[in-house]
Amino acid sequence: MSKFHVSTTVNGDSVEYLCDPRETLLDCLRDKLNLTGAKEGCGTGDCGACSVSVDGRLVCSCLMLGVEADGKQIETVEGIADGDVLHPLQQKFIEHAALQCGICTPGILVAAKSLLEKNPNPTEEETRYWLAGNLCRCTGYDKIIRAVMETAEELREAS
Amino acid sequence: MALDDRKSEFTFVGTRPNRPDGLDKVTGRAKFGADMSAPGMLHGAILRSPHAHARIVKIDTSKAEAHKDVKAVVTRADFADVPFKPGLEGEFWNVLENVMAGEKALYDGHAVAAVAATSALAARDALKLIEVEYEVLPHVTDVDKAMASDAPVIREGAADYSVPEGMHPNVVRYHESGHGDVEAGFAEADLVIEDSFVTEATHQGYIEPHACLGMLGNDGKGELWCTTQGHWIAQKTCAALLGIETSQLRVTASEIGGGFGGKTTVFIEPVALALSRKANRPVKLVMTRSEVFRATGPTSSASMDIKIGMKKDGTISAAQGVFRLQGGAFPGAPGDMTAMCAFAPYNLTNVKQVGYDVMANRPKQAAYRAPGAPMGAFAVESVIDELCKKLDLDPVDVRLKNAAYEGTKASYGPRYERIGLVETLEAAKAHPHYSAPLKPGQGRGISCGFWFNHGGETSVSLSLSEDGSAQLMVGTPDIGGSRASMALMAAEVLGIPYENIRVTIADTATLGYNDVSHGSRVTYASGLATIKAANHAVEKLCERAAASWGIPTDAVKWENGCAVPSGPNAGDFDPRPLADITAHMGSTGGPISGHFEATPEGAGVSFGTHIVDAEVDPETGKTAITRYTVVQDAGKAIHPTYVEGQYQGGAAQGIGWALNEEYIYGEDGRLQNSIFLDYRIPVASDLPMIDTVIVEVPNPGHPFGVRGVGETGIVPPLAAIANAVSHAAGVRMRQLPMSPPRILAALKDNG
Repeated sequence: MSKFHVSTTVNGDSVEYLCDPRETLLDCLRDKLNLTGAKEGCGTGDCGACSVSVDGRLVCSCLMLGVEADGKQIETVEGIADGDVLHPLQQKFIEHAALQCGICTPGILVAAKSLLEKNPNPTEEETRYWLAGNLCRCTGYDKIIRAVMETAEELREAS
Repeated sequence: MALDDRKSEFTFVGTRPNRPDGLDKVTGRAKFGADMSAPGMLHGAILRSPHAHARIVKIDTSKAEAHKDVKAVVTRADFADVPFKPGLEGEFWNVLENVMAGEKALYDGHAVAAVAATSALAARDALKLIEVEYEVLPHVTDVDKAMASDAPVIREGAADYSVPEGMHPNVVRYHESGHGDVEAGFAEADLVIEDSFVTEATHQGYIEPHACLGMLGNDGKGELWCTTQGHWIAQKTCAALLGIETSQLRVTASEIGGGFGGKTTVFIEPVALALSRKANRPVKLVMTRSEVFRATGPTSSASMDIKIGMKKDGTISAAQGVFRLQGGAFPGAPGDMTAMCAFAPYNLTNVKQVGYDVMANRPKQAAYRAPGAPMGAFAVESVIDELCKKLDLDPVDVRLKNAAYEGTKASYGPRYERIGLVETLEAAKAHPHYSAPLKPGQGRGISCGFWFNHGGETSVSLSLSEDGSAQLMVGTPDIGGSRASMALMAAEVLGIPYENIRVTIADTATLGYNDVSHGSRVTYASGLATIKAANHAVEKLCERAAASWGIPTDAVKWENGCAVPSGPNAGDFDPRPLADITAHMGSTGGPISGHFEATPEGAGVSFGTHIVDAEVDPETGKTAITRYTVVQDAGKAIHPTYVEGQYQGGAAQGIGWALNEEYIYGEDGRLQNSIFLDYRIPVASDLPMIDTVIVEVPNPGHPFGVRGVGETGIVPPLAAIANAVSHAAGVRMRQLPMSPPRILAALKDNG
């Protein structure tokens, strides 16, 4: 099967790749661009470990084809920090031990950042429902929810 | 093991610093199993049986081999049975049989062949070109049916010496233990309850699928990168299955995306190496989620009969349990563990427990967090709860009345050393949760839980750098922050800042053997090893200081990171900080490092008590967990935040097991729910905050008092939640998961 040439923007960088029309955006990020931060936990859009932002919208990159990324603005976990300055969510996740094994962390950070961009003052329930598409098997979510809500509070105070 | 380095006052231990791998994990930089590549790498894929039980008549791989992108195809003939290492037996044979089917496919998802191709897509396409002829055989997936006289035989001759005569060949191990006279005990009771319970198989559900990258040359030398809880066991097993020398295979553990017991053996690793040997190129293999569910270890399903007698004052006069565990198509279901743990929290005069390990046409069970214990606790603690209810007794008071303590003869034999069960019960009783009012429709449940904990073979190496920093190599993969705990313990002994210690999970070529990260052993055993290795280095530091002062070594002690003269005749010298000694180590005798290689034996058993509030919707049968409190003895919490995390994670997995998760098999013996959409683990909106209380009753077998905390946290939840749901619904729930249809059926049966 012939491959398609895709030009897109990932974390602000212009990138190009050739992909089979059956390959997902996640496959392309990981295998063609060496951006292995997004993880494949299920391949069916159920676990959220592959979460990325596409033109500002939170998506499971395993459910989007690589060819569909053409001309889009993609943001992954690798682009969350500002140079060597961590995003407040990243900092708070470390301080709160909001990760144990860390495999779900990239997806949860991308999803949580997306939540705070849309809703700077989420309730606990809103936070839990927003993150319901991101499975974590280690933490029981307690420290994750607290880290997201505390980050939201700090960001509100700072603005 | 002498513990002359015992401590109870701490500088670093008990603080909550950021984990050393935090930055890598929040930036996407951390390399997990599937994140590694190699030049010239091929991609592998595995063909799996669609049948629960079938004779493999013929496998034709010729079309796949002819595919232009395919570089290798392997079947069972490419593994070690005869050509390379004759006489593979015992668990190695079982693992090989599981890794690649021999004469029969034993479960839906059993591997039968594998290919390596130039791309993952090509590998998947090539699988369709492999033709397998099966003769489908009768199958059985249910534990009670697998023990019945008319059940199809999974494998003749799999049973060991322990199985009584006359049992079905699917019963492969038998356990019986206890003490006293249970019949006499039942006669003394004011109330005897006898009941039966069932739990379904659940999966560990780690979010990272199994993944590896293997390279094996025809010279018998290999490299393996894989996500594993134990790379030495992976090394040993892969070497045996491929017929090579253990030492010629270097295994590096990737960052691991959860294991919970499920990554304590190998599945795809030997396959990647076999493909690599045939193709003479590195091969990467990554499981899909569906492969993880169909072909890697779920926990056992269980069928259990419990009989307990109680006096009016709450004293348990006798207790008896029969535990039948189904462990898939291989021996290994932890019927013995279930039996031994079931009554372990209690000081019983008369107790008897029997466990069966039963084979069925399901994937080979793997350990899952305190393997076997949660099911038994569910059955036993449900009956105790029912006795409390019928005798109108407080469930915490009854457990306190019967609780085991130091010196109690455990239900499974030995006498306990210092344990903390009573302390967890007292803390639970004093917790505001226990006395908080309940709303209509809600119920409260409690349960105790026990786990043995484990020591295991352990090697640690610590080396000091000239600038006074330290490198610590441990061999137990860090699944939940253990590098932070190791650095804290090393800092405590050396007296240098936590940040000055770099902890690495060493590969199999750079450190001695290490048992797997299982059995809640890491903070206990690698921690003890770290303390011993650091002390070993401190001895050398003191020797160097003593030599520089011209005084005997025993006239020097180590205090706050410095060598200082000690005793009346030591002389008056300025303390020499660690960095001062290491700065000159090259010219004063050479490098300074410390080591530990042994098998620590004092893991110290662990107990917990959980309190749960549940609310049942009578119209839908859906249960909401409205409040949850975990109380557990940690011995000594090295990094309390990560101890809390273990408690919370265990509770959450228990909630999933109790309410939702189960392997569902069709009449055809095929797994019907092999994706996360259908096998639903708890999501954030399913759970409340999970409160934790860390009880600290020091373990006499660890210098700082540590008891492992990883596993005990999943033992009480099934029972505690079942008790809460039973009170909320007004009907005793005897089968897990308590999914909405089961609760509705129970409500209906109850009128």
